[in-house]
Amino acid sequence: MKQMWQHSLFSCGLIVGFLTLHILLESKFATVRTVAYDGDGLRRVHTAVNKSSDRPSSNGARVLCWIMTGPKNIESRVRHIRQSWAQRCGTVLYMSSVETDFPTVGLNVSEGRENLYWKTIRALQYIHQHHLNDADWFLKADDDTFVVVENLVHVLAKFDPEEPLYLGRHYAPFVRQGYMSGGAGYVLSKEALRRFVQGFSTGSCSHSSTIEDLALGQCMEKMKVQPADSRDLRKRQTFHPYPPDYYLLRQPQRPRPWYLLYEHYPPVEGPGCCSDFAVSFHYIHSVQLYVLQYLTYHLRPYGYKYRYNPDEKIEGNSIYVSHKIQTFASKPLH
Amino acid sequence: MLTEGGSFMKGMMLGSLFCLVLSFIGSFSPSTEYKVEDHHHHHVKAPSKDELKQLGDSEMQELSKQVQVYCVIMVQPKILVYWATALDTWSKHCDKPVFYTSENSKALEAFDLNEKDDWARLRKALKHAYENAGDIRWFFVAQPTTFAIIENLKHLVLTKDPSEPFYLGNAMKSGELDYVSFDSGIVLSYEALKRLVEVFNDQDKCPEKRGALWKMTDDKQLAECLKYKGVFAENGEDAHGKGLFNSKSVESLIKDGMRDHPNNVVEGCCSDMAVTFTGMSPSQMQVMMFGVYRLRPYGHDFHDHLVFYPPEGSDND
Repeated sequence: MKQMWQHSLFSCGLIVGFLTLHILLESKFATVRTVAYDGDGLRRVHTAVNKSSDRPSSNGARVLCWIMTGPKNIESRVRHIRQSWAQRCGTVLYMSSVETDFPTVGLNVSEGRENLYWKTIRALQYIHQHHLNDADWFLKADDDTFVVVENLVHVLAKFDPEEPLYLGRHYAPFVRQGYMSGGAGYVLSKEALRRFVQGFSTGSCSHSSTIEDLALGQCMEKMKVQPADSRDLRKRQTFHPYPPDYYLLRQPQRPRPWYLLYEHYPPVEGPGCCSDFAVSFHYIHSVQLYVLQYLTYHLRPYGYKYRYNPDEKIEGNSIYVSHKIQTFASKPLH
Repeated sequence: MLTEGGSFMKGMMLGSLFCLVLSFIGSFSPSTEYKVEDHHHHHVKAPSKDELKQLGDSEMQELSKQVQVYCVIMVQPKILVYWATALDTWSKHCDKPVFYTSENSKALEAFDLNEKDDWARLRKALKHAYENAGDIRWFFVAQPTTFAIIENLKHLVLTKDPSEPFYLGNAMKSGELDYVSFDSGIVLSYEALKRLVEVFNDQDKCPEKRGALWKMTDDKQLAECLKYKGVFAENGEDAHGKGLFNSKSVESLIKDGMRDHPNNVVEGCCSDMAVTFTGMSPSQMQVMMFGVYRLRPYGHDFHDHLVFYPPEGSDND
């Protein structure tokens, strides 16, 4: 009897000891392992580590991103945005006509193109009421826009959020000081947001048009909010109202195509169109969103010395870096 | 009572020890899995960061000089747009890009091999490349329908000795034959190419003229010939085991990812150090130049152990 008792105690001890250590060991691993099966059915283990570089650094400006969407597009578009670039915004809000558990903010405005400006007005009023102190800059994006938040923060770094400013792709017509393209996304400073809301509460601004970006531009002008230049040091655009292939492809000398007619700054076609630190591209749907995410944050040429290095202190910001700085360098022979 | 407690304690000690041993063995299991893979494929992995850190300064200097690439690009006038695109995009990053054509085109210059047969033309091109290699020790054979990132090719072969026979790419199997798929690019070390050129002279093992009945695709034929010289196809992979040579386009791979692992589309897709993609249109390749060589998030810096300069006279990278 005693023997049996001792044996069962021993077995209990065995199990307890095993389980205790197992739990201890599992909790020590901070990395998340995902196991994927590839085409051959062979097991490959990928280890994902949370990079601290995923969120823009704390000494950069805080950005609130609000995404204009509707019930139809939550599954097909916004779900992918949430899984990709939206994670890099300090605060994200998904603005829709109805409140949902996604979560979306319900603006109490009907869907439809003619209600776009109403949605914008209500959205900005909502943000002003609930989130004014959560951010320094307020970015509006469509649900088919790709945004590189780090590059937005980089553009905004030289501006003061307490100044009445707004930035985006500057269009020239219809408003004397011009206005920012809605499709490319635009960003308001904290002061600009205050003035917009103030404009509506005092009656200085009104629902002047159903063309959202134009109407907002009119209110900005009324409230003395200045458009600022979002281009990089080489005067290349960062906000883009169309996908990359509209701008990057080499074209023969030709009159301005229709999608470049509104430009405030002289448009450039071909590789000089777009900044390395591009902020946005528009008409980007789910597959293309992930493609751009992969190209921006993942795929890279090993060891490549990028031509555009705005931080390097070189006279006139020339393309080539002094060869003295580099130790092991390989140049293509030809 | 003490002896009872003693039994329990002994049990606990043994249990925890057992658990430790098991998890220790468990942490080795990925590599044993790879060993199983070796029976099906051979792999060549890119060096890990730690491996590169361990190399001394003079070694790094030597390696950076050694890792130059001669690109053998097989073109034809009927795919003129792709030819022109390759010329304007990725081929500029080869140390020696040479275009070999089936017949001359008025629009673009290339080395005219004056040969209609694909296999014969490939043989001639490879022989020419071998004879004109100069100091170059790595060869990349591709069609202009492939998009390549030469810097990542250099990274893959950085610590490999080109006087050893390497034959790398997207390794596939056809029956008993392991071969590298042509459409995603073929990498040959100097030694592998040397042996290939030698076996070209053997009309039994590696005939120039093949009967119509026995004709296999050029990439399989290449593998057959190389086999006779003890050179075997190996899969090019990154340090984590992800394939670097893709027979699909980025878009296609992402679509697969959205279907197969929707919660992890990008991370579960393709390698950060991918070398090739296939099936992209000329416009997509122009966009790729921007996407690969320029578009990036400000503030993300990589401390790579080697520097590759941009090519001179180019504006789209």
